Amino acid sequence: MNNIAELRHDFPLLTRAVGDQPLIYLDSGATSQKPQCVIDEINDFYSKNNSNVHRGLHSLSESATSKYEQVRDKLAKYLAVSSQEIVWTSGATESLNIIASGITQSLSSNDIILISALEHHANIVPWQQAAQLSGASIHIMPIDKYGVLDLPNALDMITRLKPAVVACTHASNTLGNITDIKRIIGTANQVNATTVIDGTQALMHLRPNLSELKCDFYVGSAHKALGPTGLGFLFGKYDKLNALPVFKTGGEMIDTVSFSKTTYRNAPAKFEPGTPNISGVLGFGAALDYLNAIDIARLKEYEQTLFKYCLSQLQEIPGIIIYGDMQYNIGTISFNYREEHHYDIATLLNSYGVALRSGHHCTQPLISELGIQGTLRVSLAFYNSHADIDTFITALKNSIELIEG
Amino acid sequence: MLLAKSLPSLPDCLKTDEALIRGCESKVWLHIDLDESQHNLVLVGDSDTRIVKGLFAIVLSMYSGLTPAQAKEIDAYAEFETLGLIKHLSPSRGNGVRAIVDTIQDKLSQW
Ligand SMILES: Cc1ncc(COP(=O)(O)O)c(C=O)c1O
Repeated sequence: MNNIAELRHDFPLLTRAVGDQPLIYLDSGATSQKPQCVIDEINDFYSKNNSNVHRGLHSLSESATSKYEQVRDKLAKYLAVSSQEIVWTSGATESLNIIASGITQSLSSNDIILISALEHHANIVPWQQAAQLSGASIHIMPIDKYGVLDLPNALDMITRLKPAVVACTHASNTLGNITDIKRIIGTANQVNATTVIDGTQALMHLRPNLSELKCDFYVGSAHKALGPTGLGFLFGKYDKLNALPVFKTGGEMIDTVSFSKTTYRNAPAKFEPGTPNISGVLGFGAALDYLNAIDIARLKEYEQTLFKYCLSQLQEIPGIIIYGDMQYNIGTISFNYREEHHYDIATLLNSYGVALRSGHHCTQPLISELGIQGTLRVSLAFYNSHADIDTFITALKNSIELIEG
Repeated sequence: MLLAKSLPSLPDCLKTDEALIRGCESKVWLHIDLDESQHNLVLVGDSDTRIVKGLFAIVLSMYSGLTPAQAKEIDAYAEFETLGLIKHLSPSRGNGVRAIVDTIQDKLSQW
């Protein structure tokens, strides 16, 4: 079995420099880097196998179609669900839009949509749209002052409010918190709420088993799990998925078309009009193969060791304020230095080659709940090393000195 | 950093929404007017981040004391290029230096 610490050598981008400094990539929460096999797969497709899928009898098209469909099987296996329950989309954002707009038609003004205070805008705004169109109201499952979901309160709200929808993130992109979605889904299932889980950040770090979690919907983006941009997926329990109305229309999704009437195919095809992101799907297939070859327990252990190390190094710097759950975490740390603006520190860190994210991370409501303007965010992945963290900490100390100097 | 410290802070009463330049990750407030003689420009401003404030100090020094006609001739982009600071004007920086320069030019064209 592979040594996790060696895997970083499979990621060509990690060897590049920024100016005259080696790159220290601590922004995997924004997008993961890609291993060589993913880059090769996309390259191979365009240089050797390019053709459209689901059309044409010629061998190129048949082979592309079969490889394309195999990736759906791979993702289904990765998530422990069945292939017909997987829809390819352009990303988690589109997946959430398909679900929210589809559910809108079955909502009325008596209904409640329950979301958590941790959500990314992609799991807030589509529900606001649904609420506006249907008259339903949105309630928020609150967090404590550190930014951790108040689970007893959340479970109580589900039981008491009997929401039509419970939408919650599996892991927070801003704070890294892992939500106890098993208990949230369990309680939501008791009141027959439709459960929608945003797994965008969890997909690579946690390898979710959806047949154990028993949620109705689960979404993610390929680019945050070693795959290419422009591709995501929507999982839905088959009956619930197939009951959603179509979102975009066009070719490929149809059963029969005449000028007066069209009938649609069943899911997943009914949600996949037009030519799909073939190279993206094939590249993601290579990413899934790569992830599957890594023992998940060892990957988690390695990432947790890095996380704990980074956390302890940050905690030793006087004036650093850390937010979020420090125990159940995918390896993402949000912090500030005293009252300093995150922008200044991020800009200085960049001059040391350190790439991290600063700002509100598309979670403005969460940031304002925490009573701040934004944070600096380190998001780790298994291809980071202890040396990355050492370089980052030294750069941070130097930046602080420059500011205080 | 040092330049930022040399630029006096604006009193809170001047940090108004009208003076706020939008479209930046950092907040930037700018006031621009003519001095008592009605000839020369007076510019004051502030930012909540040190780096933008420092860059802002450079921008202000380029325009302060000029007549509007002279100021219109200034190519702030070229000046930043010579100072080796042009990367701070790239749109992805989102720091608003570009927005500051554009706002100044926009106001000048109204005179
Ligand atoms: C938790 C979470 N949900 C949703 C999204 C949206 O993903 P995408 O932009 O790939 O559609 C992101 C991306 O930042 C995210 O972190």
